[in-house]
Amino acid sequence: FLSLSLQAKMSRPVQAQRLEGIDKNIWVEFVKLAATYSTVNLGQGFPDFPPPDFLKEAFVRALSGENHMLHQYTRAFGHPPLVKILAQFFGKLLGRDLDPMTDVMVTVGAYQALFCCFQAFVDEGDEVIIIEPFFDCYEPMVKMAGGTPVFVPLRPKAPKDGKLMSSADWQLDPAELASKFSERTKAIVLNSPNNPLGKVFSRGELELIADLCVKHDILCISDEVYEWLVYDGKEHIRIASLQGMWDRTVIIGSAGKTFSATGWKVGWTVGPNRLLQHLRTVHQNSVYHCATVAQEAVAQGFQRELEYYGKPDSYFVQLSKELQQKRDWLVQSLDAVGMKPIVPEGTYFLVADISEFKSDVPDVPDSDEPYDSRFAKWMVKNKGIAAIPLSAFYCGSHKNNYNHFIRFCFAKEEATLKEANDILQKWKREKTTP
Amino acid sequence: MLFASRSFCCLGIRTYQLRTDLLSRSIKLSASVTMAFRHENTRRIEGLDSNVWVEFTKVAADPSIVNLGQGLPDISPPSYVKEELAKAAAVDRLNQYTRGFGHPSLVKALSQVYERVYGRKIDPLTDILVTVGAYGSLFSTIQALIEEGDEVIIIEPFYDCYEPMVKMAGAKPVFIPLRYKNDGSSASSADWVLDPAELANKFNSKTKAIILNTPHNPIGKVFTREELQVIADLCIKHDTLCISDEVYEWLVYKGNKHIKIATLPGMWERTITIGSAGKTYSVTGWKLGWAIGPQNLIKHLQVVHQNTLYTCATPLQEALAQAFWIDYKRMDDPDCYFYSLSRELESKRDRMAQLLQEAGLKPVIPDGGYFMIVDVSTLNVDLSDADEKQPYDYKFVRWMITSKKLSAIPLSAFCGPETKRQFEKYIRFCFIKKDSTLDAAEVILKNWNKQTA
Repeated sequence: FLSLSLQAKMSRPVQAQRLEGIDKNIWVEFVKLAATYSTVNLGQGFPDFPPPDFLKEAFVRALSGENHMLHQYTRAFGHPPLVKILAQFFGKLLGRDLDPMTDVMVTVGAYQALFCCFQAFVDEGDEVIIIEPFFDCYEPMVKMAGGTPVFVPLRPKAPKDGKLMSSADWQLDPAELASKFSERTKAIVLNSPNNPLGKVFSRGELELIADLCVKHDILCISDEVYEWLVYDGKEHIRIASLQGMWDRTVIIGSAGKTFSATGWKVGWTVGPNRLLQHLRTVHQNSVYHCATVAQEAVAQGFQRELEYYGKPDSYFVQLSKELQQKRDWLVQSLDAVGMKPIVPEGTYFLVADISEFKSDVPDVPDSDEPYDSRFAKWMVKNKGIAAIPLSAFYCGSHKNNYNHFIRFCFAKEEATLKEANDILQKWKREKTTP
Repeated sequence: MLFASRSFCCLGIRTYQLRTDLLSRSIKLSASVTMAFRHENTRRIEGLDSNVWVEFTKVAADPSIVNLGQGLPDISPPSYVKEELAKAAAVDRLNQYTRGFGHPSLVKALSQVYERVYGRKIDPLTDILVTVGAYGSLFSTIQALIEEGDEVIIIEPFYDCYEPMVKMAGAKPVFIPLRYKNDGSSASSADWVLDPAELANKFNSKTKAIILNTPHNPIGKVFTREELQVIADLCIKHDTLCISDEVYEWLVYKGNKHIKIATLPGMWERTITIGSAGKTYSVTGWKLGWAIGPQNLIKHLQVVHQNTLYTCATPLQEALAQAFWIDYKRMDDPDCYFYSLSRELESKRDRMAQLLQEAGLKPVIPDGGYFMIVDVSTLNVDLSDADEKQPYDYKFVRWMITSKKLSAIPLSAFCGPETKRQFEKYIRFCFIKKDSTLDAAEVILKNWNKQTA
């Protein structure tokens, strides 16, 4: 009996079933490639410029100040100064009274906020609607929670009169979207502004989604980490402010994206207590506390932004202006050499069609790897520019649907973007000269 | 709403599990689907919402309470640790994402320090995962390696998160208490032992892991080599994993040695050892921890990590790496913080014990860690008017907070349901506190009898 059971144990995999199919991760490979080969890293999404001085100063004050208790545990669900200012700030934006203790929870980056949402609300058999292209972690997180991801694509429409395509030209088909809802649907994940396309969902598009959420009585997990990065005077609309949505929406935000400090890993969730109570349960049984010093500094950052809100000196206003300029430079660079950029309405990402450069990387029929992935790898090794293939943001069976696009991150210093431009120009010249 | 799942075992071989999604689906369809039902929490967190800390850490906000409850230092971390953080934050690149499984300079430093301790090669990239506190390592380990149908042995009293984490993974906690062997001499944490026969009985073909915590929170027990060998023998015999929570590894007092169970023969390949920056450097608010083990286990923890929070804070990891280099270089020197903190805490331990003894109590002197438990039933405090259903120690601590302005943690919070009665006369004090805090505690304890006389 004993040896049989031991044999059985040894033949059983040591890892839990929940890890099945979620072990692969595109970043592990592409980050390594960028580190090894790139001279210009426009791949992984992080700024190569520092956080604003006022934020760095706040961090130093927090760590070196008289109150050394800032090096010890703070309140598990969020450092009081931070949740208070978040409640104030987002209360203002949403036009509601938010209780900092129950309607806000701080997490280790928006990434952990997403994890808490899926663990709290997605059970085995539940379906979760994910709009493609999507930030890649949504799919494995839904699977790890035992749920079934249901994908619905944004579909590109031809741009008007030979203009450059805009992220606004990628749209959901209303009938197609409606068909994805079933009685097993538990939630939909919305990401606006959208990574990787940069799409900023319009009020009409959000109302379409909201109507379906209300009709089918489902939850909305709203990833709004790029909420401050919207261009051309567009407005970021919070779906939670639409009719019937506050009660069923968890809003996710990120200090990393808001304040250009991705390495601090401070994020948050905002929503009704009825939903957040379950996020708290997951949080207290997984990481429990978030680092105190970083939270203290972010709180001060928000305090400052509250004072400057809407004014020209607001960091949010300035960052958005600077990034719009960088977007325009990169759009120009890519357009000039024949890579067709899709002009993003928001975020610091830009997707470009590389069809005209296909001759550099011949097609390999029956290849397992999507074309754009092979192209991106070739490009970083041979041209030194790191970028991410768009197929990374599609589910397995859809990876070849849009396989001639790559994503660039333009939250980079001017010098970096100029260097990218030089490389692209040289590349173009090499192609045209016989 | 609880959905039970049943598993069928045949000859110790897990054949299949009866899934309940069909059952749950039919309930959803047939019941009138209300908004409340759809937005309910998942099964995995059912019943895991309550938490001893939520109540007792609120107390910390009141400055008039002398707080010896939650385990956090009110002493300052060493100045070089804070300086390294300031230096790290000044480097632009260090405010952005770093390597997901652990900042390169930190995993390198950890591998150097621990190679010395383990006496074996530790690969920084494959044998180490950096997590959000040791808490995060526990979570990653349990999510990676434990699932429905598994049993996990937990030694009571236990750090309270082990039970809900095991349950959240769908597994069954199996408890075994440390038992006090009463031989009449002064109480020491070494007097609390596992009964080897009782322990052996807890192992079966479903036992996936045992969670070991040494030095032990809350008792302060430092498991001896012989005690670890008993556990190791059973792990090997039943092919069980060992999750070894060693966050207090540096805090062992004279006459005691911290031994890593992973260094016993046959144990490295089946052990995940967990450590904590918070406890090592008195920076609990940095929330950095690590899991060390063989690649074939750590790789699964890394998968969990990449699907939960992906990466930990960069400047904090860099600062921690630098602090480790400073202390690594002086690991043969008594001034090394790992040893100097331990000496500092030993005198605080002795003072705490004395204060409690002078108040007529009999504390259990810990061989390690920074907690001390004490039986308060001898004080005969009348709590009959309080809620009968609550364990004695909960009532006692609440009473002590309001009437004595002193806080501690009730020990039954660290016990499974069967053992709560056994431990409900004990409360836990934390003594990693500055002198003025212990002075204030002294005043309260000296005046205790005067007020209740």
